[in-house]
Amino acid sequence: MSEIIDILFGLGDKFAAHIVLAASAIGLGILVALPLAIWASRSPVVSRIALGFASLVQTIPALALLALFFPILLSLRVVLGEDLPTLGFLPALLALALYALLPILRNAVTAQANLDPQILEAADGVGMTSWQKLRLVEAPLAAPFVMAGIRTASVWTIGAATLSTTIGQPSLGDPIFAGLQTQNWALVVAGCIASAGLALVVDALLGMIESGIAKRRKWQWGAGVAAVVLGLAAALFAQGGGEDDDTIIIASKQFSEQYILAQLIGSQLEKAGYTVAYRDGLGSAVVHSAVASSNIDISVDYTGTIWTNELERTDNPGREAMYETIVEWERENTGVRVLGRLGFENAYAFAMRADRSAELGITSLEDMVAVAPQLTLGGDPEFFERPEWIAVREAYGLRVGETRNFSPTFMYNALKSGEADAISAYTSDGRIAADRLVVLEDPREALPSYDAMLMMSPRIARDDDIAAALQPLIGAISVEAMREANYAVDREGEDKLSPKQAAQWLAETIGL
Amino acid sequence: MAVGGVTLAIEAGSFVALVGSSGSGKSTLLKMVNTLVTPSGGRVLFAGDDVTALPQAQLRRRVGYVFQGIGLFPHFTVGENIAIGPRLAGERLPAERVAELLELVELDPEMASRMPDELSGGQRQRVGVARALAGDPELLIMDEPFGALDPITRDALGEKVRELHAKLGLTTVMVTHDMAEALLLADRVLVMNQGELVADETPRALLKGEGGEIAQGLVAVPREQAERLAHMEDGPV
Repeated sequence: MSEIIDILFGLGDKFAAHIVLAASAIGLGILVALPLAIWASRSPVVSRIALGFASLVQTIPALALLALFFPILLSLRVVLGEDLPTLGFLPALLALALYALLPILRNAVTAQANLDPQILEAADGVGMTSWQKLRLVEAPLAAPFVMAGIRTASVWTIGAATLSTTIGQPSLGDPIFAGLQTQNWALVVAGCIASAGLALVVDALLGMIESGIAKRRKWQWGAGVAAVVLGLAAALFAQGGGEDDDTIIIASKQFSEQYILAQLIGSQLEKAGYTVAYRDGLGSAVVHSAVASSNIDISVDYTGTIWTNELERTDNPGREAMYETIVEWERENTGVRVLGRLGFENAYAFAMRADRSAELGITSLEDMVAVAPQLTLGGDPEFFERPEWIAVREAYGLRVGETRNFSPTFMYNALKSGEADAISAYTSDGRIAADRLVVLEDPREALPSYDAMLMMSPRIARDDDIAAALQPLIGAISVEAMREANYAVDREGEDKLSPKQAAQWLAETIGL
Repeated sequence: MAVGGVTLAIEAGSFVALVGSSGSGKSTLLKMVNTLVTPSGGRVLFAGDDVTALPQAQLRRRVGYVFQGIGLFPHFTVGENIAIGPRLAGERLPAERVAELLELVELDPEMASRMPDELSGGQRQRVGVARALAGDPELLIMDEPFGALDPITRDALGEKVRELHAKLGLTTVMVTHDMAEALLLADRVLVMNQGELVADETPRALLKGEGGEIAQGLVAVPREQAERLAHMEDGPV
């Protein structure tokens, strides 16, 4: 419990960023929805189109909507110039504002449709112009309903804003995503408490404004508005002392290894006197573009991933050639500097229990061919569809008895219980060390390599001081050390480490 | 088409009732006067000017409008409701004038600070009349003004309006479907049927049988009711 409280107190900057983001999105939503609602109340066609569009947006999962703005903004760069941010605040703002649109719009349109027609006739009868009618009659009478819509939108937006972590916008989602990946439940709970607490407070304040308007109590809605404005001002002020241009932003994808490496890189840079910030838990697909566009400065990526996703190649020229080609390709096409390889791979590899390996006499994929028809092979849900598996099958002429899909955690359990004889493991996975598994050799190099590489954005690519500060990491991390560090974060119980602690341990182990 | 082929002149100072069954076009005709409805053909002249050519806000100030729905603005106080017309014209109606208007319709001037939902139906329609009179109109048009009120309130308010009409030197046009009300309050009764004017008589002439079949059909209703009531009083129990 005290751990959760400690984490909560450390969330100040995420909290401020969350408030600023959610408030901006709701504000933008209101700015768009209200004029649209007025227009819709005067034209049934506009009403149908606007409400239809807003409902359609609502059916897109928030996570997907946030992710979609990355390619949309990227393509808009052609028109609006290369400075258009594609990650972080802008796409999060746009996606959330779009999401906030429906409740505000629907309530405003419904409120106008339900205004007493006799009162509207009276407004005309006493000689109001349509602007006077809107200002003096329609707006004040619709206000409590509009406010109710804004209230719903606010609660949704504060919740959905936690997802903006995945597109590189700091928010209360950061501890939630980090906690989920590293199975640190205190982090998850703290993030949830903070975001739900914020939603409840905002809901109460807006409720106070809503009933104040409905009951025409000026002091009541005035106090509510004052409280909201104060909270916003405090958040803006707190955020004001955030990052400046010299801050180096380090990204991590959504798994433990990435969190640990980000911390390791960060502490290395801090030792050299740099200010760093972290964008943890980015969607795997956006990290490379984020570095290439200098939205973030440093990431750790893997040769096989870049080879397939960015170079769009399916061949396997071998470990060294693949690395050299990528370094060259990045320099020429994206301006990203590949500083070097960290020394370990996080590749697909086949792993077996040590006793089973000894029993069958298998230490490489070549050994496996003869007995394969009697074996059961386990893989993660996508493995048997992936080019890696096809490549192995073709290179060795492998014909296995049975293939079974497991979720990654159960895959290791299946190996333990004997439900699978071999599995497609990840080479830097801590469980390989913990379960004392044997990783089978791949003499024909059928499996592409997944060397971890340190990537520097074009913004800092020519900065030799940064490069010098990071140079000690190159070639320094053995796969054994990485496995241990990963396992320290992934395991349960007393010895479980946070990514930061694991990074410290790793730094000591490799002699930094 | 709701109204067609209606040609008539209303003299200043007269109290005219426009009677007809539902859908006869009487409300539509009335609303053409303050341009809430604009005719597709023909003209309405107000003191010699075409109403569609006058500035709308100015026209609606000169034409006080009372209608069945009352239409008090629920978020304004009684005083603010009464003062709305002048306010739209950029004037502030002094509190004394609001009090005077409330007294004119026999309401307590203290009511100015109340909200409409604290008032009874009859009180609300009195406020509606006060609101219509706030701009010192030359013409008062009323669309079923007492339709939603109970009979006692209705009778009292009808008398009150008739009295104000005389006192303030107004020209009044009242739409009603109730022939008895028209006969009792107006100097002149117009009968409409299916968008056309079918009778234009004084109450006395109508009671004497003038105005044609449709008008007489309408007059027959209150007359028969009165006869049956009289019969009940005199006849055997």
